[in-house]
Amino acid sequence: MSKKDIKLVQLPSPNFVPERDKDKPLMLEVSHLGIDFGGLTAVNDFNIGMSPTEISGLIGPNGAGKTTVFNLLTKVYEPTRGTILLDGRDTHGMNTIQVNQAGIARTFQNIRLFDKLTVEDNVKIGLHNSIKYHMPTGVFRLPKYWSEEKKAHDRAMELLKIFDMEGMAGYIAGSLPYGAQRRLEIVRALATGPKLLLLDEPAAGMNPSETSELMENIEKIRDEFKIAILLIEHDMNLVMGVCESIAVLNFGEIIAKGTPSDIQNNPKVIEAYLGSGATQDKEEA
Amino acid sequence: MENQKKKVSKQTRASFINYGIVIAFFIIFQILSATGNLGSSLKGQLIPICSYVIMALSLNLVVGISGELSLGHAGFMSVGAFTGVVAANSLSSAVPNGLIRLILALIIGAFVAALAGIVIGIPVLRLRGDYLAIVTLAFGEIIKNVLNCLYVGIDKNGLHFSLKDEASLHLEAGGRTILSGPMGALGITKLSTFFIGIILILLVLFYIQNFVNSRPGRAIAAIRDNRIAAEACGIPVTKYKLMAFVTSAAMAGSAGALYALNFSTVVPKKFDFNTSILVLVFVVLGGIGNLRGSIIAAALLTVLPELLRQFRDYRMLVYAIVLILVMLITNNEKAMFFINSHVKSIARKLRKEGV
Repeated sequence: MSKKDIKLVQLPSPNFVPERDKDKPLMLEVSHLGIDFGGLTAVNDFNIGMSPTEISGLIGPNGAGKTTVFNLLTKVYEPTRGTILLDGRDTHGMNTIQVNQAGIARTFQNIRLFDKLTVEDNVKIGLHNSIKYHMPTGVFRLPKYWSEEKKAHDRAMELLKIFDMEGMAGYIAGSLPYGAQRRLEIVRALATGPKLLLLDEPAAGMNPSETSELMENIEKIRDEFKIAILLIEHDMNLVMGVCESIAVLNFGEIIAKGTPSDIQNNPKVIEAYLGSGATQDKEEA
Repeated sequence: MENQKKKVSKQTRASFINYGIVIAFFIIFQILSATGNLGSSLKGQLIPICSYVIMALSLNLVVGISGELSLGHAGFMSVGAFTGVVAANSLSSAVPNGLIRLILALIIGAFVAALAGIVIGIPVLRLRGDYLAIVTLAFGEIIKNVLNCLYVGIDKNGLHFSLKDEASLHLEAGGRTILSGPMGALGITKLSTFFIGIILILLVLFYIQNFVNSRPGRAIAAIRDNRIAAEACGIPVTKYKLMAFVTSAAMAGSAGALYALNFSTVVPKKFDFNTSILVLVFVVLGGIGNLRGSIIAAALLTVLPELLRQFRDYRMLVYAIVLILVMLITNNEKAMFFINSHVKSIARKLRKEGV
């Protein structure tokens, strides 16, 4: 299947907005986003709109460019083309740090925790920009240091409670089991106070019971924090169960968008995942 | 909250043990010298010990806490040393009190070394790992070579600088040269005292210990552990790296001023690559990131060469071997397991017996 064939299957892409967000403006508007690495077009004409409390999924075969999209949204890479509007504000020219402060937080496909720090300190790093004191206050242990640190500690514990991890607060992050490390990464991302949370394969390496717990927690996070969540995931149970809208990416382009049931029955998606033979078999059957 | 209290108290206890070690060291040596039991060679080592302890602590901030290998730390020491000498010398008529002059010299030395830290840090901290090590090494050498041909003189018009020779300072009658190129600083009035050295160690220790357990210190440790994740958490990486580097440079500067004002002559060649490595050896042997280890290693390794004077020529050779052994052992799981299990079991036994 060459890249040219995919171009023919550009679907009309109605932005799917959940009922509760009907009269709210879009929180994220990405239009015609693209990046070239040398001669290779990794992402091309990527469009997506997300309402303020929407949970969306980004799926696609390996190498489709899903993580590249995350890296573009968080400005790890500067896009070659296109615009990203976050609450109507163009993120052009911002770097990763500024994008985070503007309200996009993420987790990583290959876990990136601060391995030698404690679980609590990992969360406190997420809270860094909400802790309000400067170096001299910290060095001389002024009253503000104690009150701000106390506040940060309480907030960190509150956030860890989402995943029932408050008992692990004193552990070294690198020593946690895999599933807990993934959860801690989500907590740390939440601590930065995002409007949009990007989860890169949150269920990777989790067992089925951990995954179903994660599904509940993703919805709980959305309800509690009133934020939008965009997730990349290969676990179709999770994607179909939790996402309200799904975009399918192949060779750097969106080939389908819609509700989970639209996507499940979309022949182009099946083709992208299973090859062109699969659709024919299905039609015959 | 329980957990937090426990953690804080553990940190505080460790900090106070460190202060205690330094103060005990001071008291023991004061008693020894008051009762006349201190050899003259060891007595002469007290202030260099203090400045090397500060050097080791400050390098530990960069190598241990910020996780960047800097091989040019002696450069900042020499900036501090020579600015301190110039400051002390040029203030000699304005501030007759030696103690105040020393404190001013320490502050000015630290300040100018911090400026050097900013100038060097901005380009250097864009690099990582080995590249950063090599470039800091180069900057250390550059500082040494610049100071090697720097002439500073003073007369009633103020300070004169030259990079050529003493004559081009154009000093008026009654003026005097403070720094004369490769000859360094001559005829320094000895101002440094052991007491001030100890106070300086305590201040540096206080600063680093509190810094590490506060918001900026945590951010620096996070950058060390994972730079990309730190950026994704909205931590301004460059700012914090520079903060650690410049603070460390300032501390090294004050250590240099303390060191230089202890001798009658100081030459720029003293602060060469070997000194940088020496301080790195203190940090590595004391344990990277371990402040107490740095203090002990710096003190012992400054005294030992004096005591083992007859083997002096082999010093650098032995350091190299020890350094390699430490690296091999700490990177070998079996060896670390052996050390951890045996040393810890012995420690546990001792604790049980209440020793």
